[in-house]
Amino acid sequence: MSELTTGSRRRTGRPAWEEAPTAVGQGVKGVTLGGILLLVLGPLWCVVITSFSTQGSVNRAGGLVIVPHGLTLNAYRTMLGDGPVTRALVVSLAVTAVGTAFSMLVSVLCAYGLSRSRSLGHRFLLMILVVTMFVSGGLIPSYLVVTGLGGFDQYWALILPSAVSVFNILVLRSFYAGTAAELIDAARMDGAGDWRILWSVVLPTSRAVTAVITLFYAVGYWNSFFNVMLYMPTSSQKWPLQYVLYQYVNLGTNMPGQVNSGFGNAANATAPLSLQMAVVVLTLVPVVIAFPFVQKHFTKGVLTGAVKG
Amino acid sequence: MAAVTTNSADVPGREETAAPGATTAAPGAPGPRERRPRELNWRIRLRRDRSLLLMTVPVVVLLLVFNYLPLFGTVTAFEYYDPIVGVVNSQWIGLDNFRQLFGDPLFWGSVWNTLELAAVQLVLFFPVPVALALLLNSVLSPRIRGFVQSVTLIPHFFSWVLVITLFQQMIGGAGLLNQFLRQHGTTPWNIMMDPSVFKLLVTSQVIWKDAGWGIIVFLAALAAIDENLYEAAAMDGAGRWRRMWHITLPGLRGVIVLMLVLRLGNILNVGFEQLLIQRYAVGHDAADVLDTFSYYYGIGTNNYGYGAAAGIFKSAVSLLLIYGANKLAHFFGEDGLYRK
Repeated sequence: MSELTTGSRRRTGRPAWEEAPTAVGQGVKGVTLGGILLLVLGPLWCVVITSFSTQGSVNRAGGLVIVPHGLTLNAYRTMLGDGPVTRALVVSLAVTAVGTAFSMLVSVLCAYGLSRSRSLGHRFLLMILVVTMFVSGGLIPSYLVVTGLGGFDQYWALILPSAVSVFNILVLRSFYAGTAAELIDAARMDGAGDWRILWSVVLPTSRAVTAVITLFYAVGYWNSFFNVMLYMPTSSQKWPLQYVLYQYVNLGTNMPGQVNSGFGNAANATAPLSLQMAVVVLTLVPVVIAFPFVQKHFTKGVLTGAVKG
Repeated sequence: MAAVTTNSADVPGREETAAPGATTAAPGAPGPRERRPRELNWRIRLRRDRSLLLMTVPVVVLLLVFNYLPLFGTVTAFEYYDPIVGVVNSQWIGLDNFRQLFGDPLFWGSVWNTLELAAVQLVLFFPVPVALALLLNSVLSPRIRGFVQSVTLIPHFFSWVLVITLFQQMIGGAGLLNQFLRQHGTTPWNIMMDPSVFKLLVTSQVIWKDAGWGIIVFLAALAAIDENLYEAAAMDGAGRWRRMWHITLPGLRGVIVLMLVLRLGNILNVGFEQLLIQRYAVGHDAADVLDTFSYYYGIGTNNYGYGAAAGIFKSAVSLLLIYGANKLAHFFGEDGLYRK
């Protein structure tokens, strides 16, 4: 957490030449910062607490619960015991894992392949990449290509069309290009080929940027929504979590393949709202868990690479 | 996108950079190591670099299939595209799609919405990260600073579905705000379904989600300002506001201009998913922008050629904007997306 703040000017306390803060100034600052924190954390708090609340306390609150009262795991038990959400969770996790692994593999290879500035044709290849950042065929032609290749209702349609982020590759590339030439030359002297250099020299020295780019890809796959809407709008069996959240919470539809009372049936007495909020929590928890691990690399990983690059 | 910016001027030994579209590997300063291979026969170089070239193959293939192939698909804009007979055999109708498009009030409505949304976001969203960064920078305790920054950064990684769900639960018809209003005998107000404030709503969602992300680049720029300037100014009797005006803001100028330019070049890309998800709540009059127009009237009604025409219109205008924004950046003496 503290690493992130290295981007900030001040590291230690107030320098001697600076005026002491005024009480009014401090007060305004404190209230503003408090308000900002409340704006972000407040909604999350309500959602989490509601997902853990009993039917009784949801009823009493008349909606979202703010003050916890009688916590229970019922919503999660119902949700994970039932078909659609569990299936969606598995789909989301699988798409994220496979997609991220694939994206990282091809991106790292490509970034390294383009990072040796004397290699044959690297400028031409780089141009091929960069052009795609400015010119695109647009939504419909892309849709026609993917469906034309038989991507409708296929999981690969959630991965391949958006597997490559040229921006990410360029960030990686600038890091690899910055890897000390002496290290690489030394490895080459020892008889290492490019594959070996990438694996044993370049990758270990650029862990920070690898972590950050992995997060970017993983978050992208975890949040993928529009591709689902395009390529598998009707096959509810294959929906990932975000789309289930959209259907179930935003549109308020019942989960397909389920009887009306399937969710929150009387025996379990789980408030429908708690269930909805449990789905919300499920979609945000992985991001919140992954975040601190990667966050410490942000300054090192992205800022020094892209900002100062 | 936010992270990709700023003064790359003074980083020694890093000519080839990450600024996207910077004609990377600028021809600057070929070292002795670069001279020699240039004289080599390309066959020898091909042999030598074959593994490097092999490494780029997967990405190039993916881009060819999913980015370049669709470029050829834009011909559907000039066809009455029929998915059964395919692109090649569909009936060619020339500019009819465009003629229809430019006579369509719904299309102009979406153009207007796009521009209006972009303008509102430019005015209301753009200054927020700058102000937040200044505020955070003035906080002395590194712990508080780090905590606030972490908290405000997290929403950037939430999906739009999630963000809109959270807004729905807070200020929607059955949300906390209205619950509160009802309990106190006031008429509830479903902000999420009110087209008249939709643009403000969308902008506030963008602020909630991305303001923390936008801070990063400004904090980095703040960190680059020489501390001695502040000290010297303080010695000369400049108060904290004077120092902010005469040192901090000029120090941020470059980044601010650059971010502004980036934003201008991107102006037609106002929240696609965000608007798609909320379209049902406020209706298409308020929520259709160029992207969603292309989606609904292309894929939604199977009128692919029509949607593709709208897409081409957007691409063309975007390209012009990027070009213009870069001209503007160069005018301000900044690099922009690519260099002069």
